[in-house]
Amino acid sequence: MTTTLSETERLASPPAFQQVSAGRKAKNALATVLVWLSFLIAVAPLVWVLYTVIANGVKRIPYTNWWSQDFGSVLSDEVGGGALHAIIGTLQQGLMCAIISVPLGLLVAIYLVEYGRGTRLARITTFMVDILSGVPSIVAALFIYALWITTLGLPRSGFAVSLALVLLMIPVVVRSAEEMLRIVPDDLREASYALGVPKWKTIMKIVLPTALSGIISGIMMALARVMGETAPLLVLVGYSAYLNWDLFSNNQASLPLLMNNERATNSMEPGSVGFDRIWGAALTLVLIIALINLIATVVSRMVAPKKK
Amino acid sequence: MRPGDRIFKNLTTGAGVFVVALIGLIGIFLIVQAIPALKANELNFLTARIWQTGDPNHLRFGILDLLLVTIYTSLLALLIAMPISLGIALFLTQYAPRRLARPFAYVVDLLAAVPSIIFGLWGILVFAPKLAPIAEWLNKNLGFIPIFGTGNVYPNFQGTIFTAGVVLAVMLLPIITSLSREVFERTPTAQIEGALALGATRWEVIRTTVLPFGKSGYIGASMLGLGRALGETIALTVILYIPAGKTFGWSLNDGGATFASQIAANYAEFNNPKSAGAYIASGLVLFVLTFAVNLAGRSIIGERKAD
Repeated sequence: MTTTLSETERLASPPAFQQVSAGRKAKNALATVLVWLSFLIAVAPLVWVLYTVIANGVKRIPYTNWWSQDFGSVLSDEVGGGALHAIIGTLQQGLMCAIISVPLGLLVAIYLVEYGRGTRLARITTFMVDILSGVPSIVAALFIYALWITTLGLPRSGFAVSLALVLLMIPVVVRSAEEMLRIVPDDLREASYALGVPKWKTIMKIVLPTALSGIISGIMMALARVMGETAPLLVLVGYSAYLNWDLFSNNQASLPLLMNNERATNSMEPGSVGFDRIWGAALTLVLIIALINLIATVVSRMVAPKKK
Repeated sequence: MRPGDRIFKNLTTGAGVFVVALIGLIGIFLIVQAIPALKANELNFLTARIWQTGDPNHLRFGILDLLLVTIYTSLLALLIAMPISLGIALFLTQYAPRRLARPFAYVVDLLAAVPSIIFGLWGILVFAPKLAPIAEWLNKNLGFIPIFGTGNVYPNFQGTIFTAGVVLAVMLLPIITSLSREVFERTPTAQIEGALALGATRWEVIRTTVLPFGKSGYIGASMLGLGRALGETIALTVILYIPAGKTFGWSLNDGGATFASQIAANYAEFNNPKSAGAYIASGLVLFVLTFAVNLAGRSIIGERKAD
C-alpha cells in the first residue's frame, strides 16, 4: 500500500455525491436519533427493574434471619422470619431439574453433531428442539400434571416441578451444547481416530473436554432461567411457609412461589410486610442467579483449553 | 462397529428420539385429559365467553374471550416491541462503537434473564401507577376511538390490557433483538461498501442493504417473539385484572385473562380431574397456537439460513 495516491489512482472526475443534500442529511440524523433512542428505551426498564428490586429488597436480606429461618414461626403479616424454606426449594428443584436435563441434553447434542449430521432424524430432532423451546411453561406444567398427577396418580411435589422445568431446560442445553460441539475442529477428531481411538472415546475424552467450558456456561444460563420460572410451580406444588427438605412429597416453597403467595395473600402497600418480603425474595432470586452466572464464568475459565 | 461405539451411538440416538417423542406425548396427554371435560361441557367450547368450572357436574366454559385477550395483548406487545427491537438491533450492528457493541448487546440480553414474576410485580406495583395517567389521558381525549374507550375495568384501573401489553413488550425486546441482530450482522460487507462507495449516508446504507437483506430474518424473529408473548404466563397473571362477569370489548382499558394467565390464576381448581380438564383443554389450544406461530417463525428464519 502506498501512502500517496499515484496519478492513475486518482479519480478521473469528482465523486458523484460531492454534497449530501439537506433532506438526506436530515433523514440520516433522524434515523441516528431514533436508533439511539430505541437502545435507551430498552435500557431504561432494565435499570428501573433492577433499581426497584435492589432498593426495596435490601431492607430484608441483610438480617441473618432471612437466610436461616422460614416463615413458619411468624404470622403472614408479621415482620420477621426468613426465606430459607424458599431458597432450599428453589435450589433443590433447580438441581434436580439439572440432574435430569443436563445428561439428556448433552446426549441429544452429541447425537446431532457426531452421529446424526445430515440425517433425516437429526433434522426432525433439531426441529422438535426448536418447537420445544417455544412451548409455554404453563403448557409444560399441564403436561406434567396430566402425566404425573392424573395418569400416574402421584402427589403434587417439588419433584413434579423439576420434571416440568426439565422440558424447559432441555432445549436450552441442547442448543448451546450443539453450538459448542460444532466449533470443535475436525482435525482433533481425525487425529484421535488416526491413533485408533474408538469414536465414543474420542467424543468423551477429546471433543467434550474441548467444548466443556462453553457447555458449562450454557448449562448455567439455562439453570438460571428455569429457577425464575413460576407457572409450573402454581399447578404442580403448593406453597408452604415451612421448610420442607422432601422433594418428593408435601408442599414446598420456592422463591417465585413465595413472591406469588405474598402477592395473593398480603397487602401490597409500600413498606408493608408483604411488600418487603416480595422484593426481598426477588433480590434473593436475582442474587442467586447472578451467583450461578459468576460460578459458571469462573468454572468455564478453569476448564477452558489452554491457549499455547 | 465396536460394542462401546454401538452402545454410545444408540444412547445418543435414543435421546434424540426421546425429544422428538416428547412433543407428541405433550399433545397426546393434553388431548386425552381434555376430552372428558369437553364432553361434559354445557356450552360451545370455541364460541362461549363464559368460564365457570368450579362445579365439576355443571361445566360451562368457552375460550373465545381467552383467545381474543391473548391475541390482543400479544399483538399490542408486538406492535410496541417490533420497531424498538429493530432500532436496537440496528444500533448494535451499525451504530454502536465496535468496542462497545458486545457489552451493549449483553446489557439488552440481561433483560431476558430477569424472571417473569419480577417483571410482573414491577409492572403492577411500580410501572402501572406511572402508566395510568397516560391511559386516562388517552381515554379522556381519544375516548371516542373504541380502543381507548372505557373498558370493563374502571378506566384508570391499573391492571388493564394496556399495562400488560406495555410490560410484555419490554419482555419481548431481548428475544426479537438478539435474533434480528444475528441476521443483520451477516449483511454482505461488499454490499455495504458498495453503497458507501456510491456516497450513501449511513441511513441510506441501512435502507438499501441491511434492511432488505435482514427483512425476512427480522419478521421470523418477531414471529418467535409473538410465540413467546402468547404463552407468557406469570407476568400477565400478576398484572391483568379479571373483572367479574364482564367480557372483553376491544378497549385497551379492558381487563381479562389470557389462556396462560387464566390457567395460572385458577390453579386452585386443579383439585378434580374434570375442572382440571377444562383448563387442560384451553392449554391444548394455547399449545397448538404457539406451535403454529413458532413453526412459521422458524421456517422463515430457516429459509434465510439455507441461502
